[in-house]
Amino acid sequence: MSKLLASFGPANSIARSEETHPLTWRLRDDGQPVWLEEYQAKNGYSAARKALNDMAQADIVQTVKNAGLKGRGGAGFPTGVKWGLMPADESLNIRYLLCNADEMEPNTWKDRMLMEQLPHLLVEGMLISARALKAYRGYIFLRGEYVDAAINLRRAIEEAKAAGLLGKNIFGSGFDFELIVHTGAGRYICGEETALINSLEGRRANPRAKPPFPAAVGVWGKPTCVNNVETLCNVPSIIGQGVDWYKSLARPGSEDMGTKLMGFSGKVKNPGIWELPFGVPARELFEDYAGGMRDGYTLKAWQPGGAGTGFLLPEHLDAPMFAAGIAKVGTRMGTGLALAIDESVNMVSLLRNMEEFFARESCGWCTPCRDGLPWSVKILRALERGQGSAQDIETLLGLVNHLGPGKTFCAHAPGAVEPLGSAIKYFRPEFEAGVDTRQLGAMTGQFAPA
Amino acid sequence: MSTLIQTDRFTLSETERSAIEHEMHHYEDPRAASIEALKIVQQQRGWVPDGASEAIGEVLGISAADVEGVATFYSQIFRQPVGRHIIRVCDSMTCFIGGHENVLERIKDQLGIVPGQTTADGRFTLLPVCCLGNCDKAPAMMVDDDTFGNVDPTTVEQLLEAYS
Repeated sequence: MSKLLASFGPANSIARSEETHPLTWRLRDDGQPVWLEEYQAKNGYSAARKALNDMAQADIVQTVKNAGLKGRGGAGFPTGVKWGLMPADESLNIRYLLCNADEMEPNTWKDRMLMEQLPHLLVEGMLISARALKAYRGYIFLRGEYVDAAINLRRAIEEAKAAGLLGKNIFGSGFDFELIVHTGAGRYICGEETALINSLEGRRANPRAKPPFPAAVGVWGKPTCVNNVETLCNVPSIIGQGVDWYKSLARPGSEDMGTKLMGFSGKVKNPGIWELPFGVPARELFEDYAGGMRDGYTLKAWQPGGAGTGFLLPEHLDAPMFAAGIAKVGTRMGTGLALAIDESVNMVSLLRNMEEFFARESCGWCTPCRDGLPWSVKILRALERGQGSAQDIETLLGLVNHLGPGKTFCAHAPGAVEPLGSAIKYFRPEFEAGVDTRQLGAMTGQFAPA
Repeated sequence: MSTLIQTDRFTLSETERSAIEHEMHHYEDPRAASIEALKIVQQQRGWVPDGASEAIGEVLGISAADVEGVATFYSQIFRQPVGRHIIRVCDSMTCFIGGHENVLERIKDQLGIVPGQTTADGRFTLLPVCCLGNCDKAPAMMVDDDTFGNVDPTTVEQLLEAYS
């Protein structure tokens, strides 16, 4: 009997079609990986054939730009624009395509599903993208703990090589492309694209200063493009089925195009991920797909897409799931895999857990992050024990400010303080409850005028 | 009188050396194989002994300090001996909500270790780990290369029995 993959879940059982679910329509009901023969029987590599044989490199870039594809790793930068930053100078002929498969964002398990079950979709997406970027070699930077994804990707690459889909003169087009799986050795910061480049080079994963951007000076100083797994998996259908079709996928009103792997976890009835059109209301995701809260649990707050996104309230569930739709209610969509916080969860304890993670995973390169995050942990632990001091909440708000966007070397610390700031904003009494009132009384007694 | 600080004599095995040299060719610069080289040594020996940094550095053409800097940065490279089996309990906020602290508590009761420690019999080392990407099945954990979801604290010792 075949092993059941960790990523087997509700995405395998909902109704899907090629027209509406470009990322997941090939998933098998039994959750087993789709190998080459089956992938090709389901139109696999037909988009790559078209891209390599019938399209100029610039046309592929323009098509992806026109489709409005945006990065699916959390930041949402337009992919075609990123591709367009690669230098026009033809003499710079050693170029790299890196796939960011270092999925470690808490509450995120979408890339895992794609790589474990549809490894050829990523290989095909990288082949087309490499052609567009004139990259002769690609690396999949995969986190070490994704053992099954590594096995399945390596097998898919061997199958593709044997079938002439990777290697020299692919489809007789004259294009050569080599693909290598590189596994990491831990550390969340490797998901930051310039830290990922340092790690791939065999260095400590400290982020690099930008500019220069990787498109100009990337891995080994060569022009480099870093794209997320899900982003690259969108490319075959855009090329195969066209821009008009792709732009018709999202719900009316959505400014983001296509579909997105979205999820809901926590104490919901049916936790999982599903491929849904951008613009779907979060409530539909929560109620119709995740089935609402389990009996005995009440929704208190939710986070739209990973540890680095802010908390929202149940009333915000009507917000549509696309970047500007979530920005309107005060945070970022992030990875689009939401987490339900139920009434039994104390926000101070939850934030203590989250900041312990962010503090541990700080690379230590810049002072605000290296020193500020452990400070927040110390305060949150004291508040959790009911031993906080009167100034603690103001100190935390100061950290939210001093570790915010633009004040640190990379986005790690800003991501760490976004949930902290919103938790204090919406649930301040829970933080105040952690202040030791005896201490407070003693102090006011000491300094109060007679 | 001064004493010379002697580190353990360390020599890469033929298997290790050839595996490292094979990996080097996947990259434009041999240094890129440093993490993989450390993983190769760790796979053979369970951890990375002190002398390994210099030996790996010689193969890759970089200093021992550079290799050591890498070895001490990455959380899955072990610079001290670990148990025969590695238990990694996911401590993401999703598993926190799913009750991972109860799993850790149970392991502490059963094995007498907290994250970062190894049992006296050298059987298990317990480590924290970033989100394992098994969030619809929280709490999650790994034992060696095996991933488990919906871990029930009351049956965690039965789960560990398979690892001797």
